[in-house]
Amino acid sequence: MTTPALAIQNLTKEYDGTRAVNDISFTIAPGEIFGLLGPNGAGKSTTINMIGGVTHIGSGTIEIFGHDNRREYRNTRRMVGVMHQEIVIDNFFTIDQALRFHSGYYGVPDDAEWRQNLIERLGLKPHLHKVMIKLSGGLKRRFMIAKALIHKPRLLILDEPTAGVDVELRHTLWDFVRDINRQGTTILLTTHYLEEAEQMCGRIAIMHHGNLIALQSTSNLLKELGTRSILVYLEKPINQVPENLCCQGAELNDEGTTLQLTLSANQATGELLKMLCELGLPIADIETKRAGLEEIFLQITQTGRYTP
Amino acid sequence: MKQFREPTFINWLPFYTLLQKEIRRFLRVASQTLVTPVITASLYLFIFGATLGERISVLEGFSYAQFVIPGLILMGVINNSFSNVASSLFMSRYLGNIVDLLVTPITPAQLILAYTLAAMLRGLAVGTIVWIISCLFAPLPWAYPLAAISMACLASFLFAQFGIIAAIHADNFDSLSMYTNFIILPLIYLGGVFYPISILPPLWAKLSHLNPLFYLIDGFRHALLGVGDLSFALSFGVVAAMTLVLFCWAAILITRSYRLRN
Repeated sequence: MTTPALAIQNLTKEYDGTRAVNDISFTIAPGEIFGLLGPNGAGKSTTINMIGGVTHIGSGTIEIFGHDNRREYRNTRRMVGVMHQEIVIDNFFTIDQALRFHSGYYGVPDDAEWRQNLIERLGLKPHLHKVMIKLSGGLKRRFMIAKALIHKPRLLILDEPTAGVDVELRHTLWDFVRDINRQGTTILLTTHYLEEAEQMCGRIAIMHHGNLIALQSTSNLLKELGTRSILVYLEKPINQVPENLCCQGAELNDEGTTLQLTLSANQATGELLKMLCELGLPIADIETKRAGLEEIFLQITQTGRYTP
Repeated sequence: MKQFREPTFINWLPFYTLLQKEIRRFLRVASQTLVTPVITASLYLFIFGATLGERISVLEGFSYAQFVIPGLILMGVINNSFSNVASSLFMSRYLGNIVDLLVTPITPAQLILAYTLAAMLRGLAVGTIVWIISCLFAPLPWAYPLAAISMACLASFLFAQFGIIAAIHADNFDSLSMYTNFIILPLIYLGGVFYPISILPPLWAKLSHLNPLFYLIDGFRHALLGVGDLSFALSFGVVAAMTLVLFCWAAILITRSYRLRN
């Protein structure tokens, strides 16, 4: 059996009697892109901080590639790169100097080729000799990704890396993260842009009030919880919703020309089409829409339960 | 991406890197960290060496300038060793970039050593420049040079530890400056930089023996001039004991990541 990139067992953390993380367990396989989602205050950053070593572990264990991150912290921290949610920079130094320092902090000799690669891929070259204080917010974020990767970690943790970043940069960052992942780096990601999580992550865990309330492959999550809505455009208006369609939650628009129906996750579209034909409705066009991760996320976090 | 393999022996690169960063940090703002303290000490030298000093005599066989110079050198060493580590570590805590170190494999011993050595370097550099400038006013006999150097090194080490402790305990800039204004400055001024304890009334002279900096300043002066209020061994012993206590205190704070990790 392959050693997991990250194995968390019964992890708990309390702050002044409040449980920020409540007995969570999950594993991430090497090479995965894993999404850890949840509303603000769900316990994601506390979990990430315990993995990275910024916060003491309350109770439970964290293993990184089979090494305990308390007993063998020198090994585990070498294997992890963390991009924190808050912009963390040292205003005294330039990007180039800071990257060299960061490599050294991890005990890794400066690899000029790798450093140049990061600088070029993240568009930092024109700003290399600027002190941090003079960089824009977007550049600081790019620098933080370079900083998290400078020591070639096996597990990269990205805590809301695209918060406050423009669309173009967001796409650049994600392309870069995919490339890094293809080269073998495991990625743990938190984001508030759920569309991104849907596209990037193979598996998703959802935290709420410190609890892990869902853990599924992204496709299963979408399949099990993703309702579909179907819009039926009619050639001629009708006066009322046909009785047989009431159980589908059908709604008719004011003009009587569009019917909106809802399909549950396990209901086939063919069945519904057959029913529509049997009713002899004058169908002009049909449009289907699948509920995205955003709707599913809201559904889970509002109820606090994952019930497929 | 070819992964880096951790060597099996203790990797000292994190220590060298942090030390290099700390040295570059104070050199980058040399006007604040090196030039300003030297100007302050030079002004003291001018006042007590070339003007008032001509009219004061406190130690037989020595000019007042010669008496006051060891204290001024030590003042530079103490203030700069303390401020270097206190401001750097506190700013890292305050701005949050301490996490850049917390996520790395740097060990507590490496962290203390790097901050301490950088602070010592700055303190001793300021002390050396003050001594060179002081040669324009009065030459020092350097009675026991090795003892003088070891006392200066001990002073810078001691105040680097105090800087670590202050940076960790301080909640804001105000409380950090209180360590300088309400602890270090009064202890230096009342520790015999400008006068020998022997000229004080008996009660004040006795009270001065409770001031740890009295031993530091007297020991350093003893090593440079060959005379002091106390024996050199006693001064050195008290300073070494204080250094050990503060080092243990700082080491416990850093090892436990007190106020560094949540």
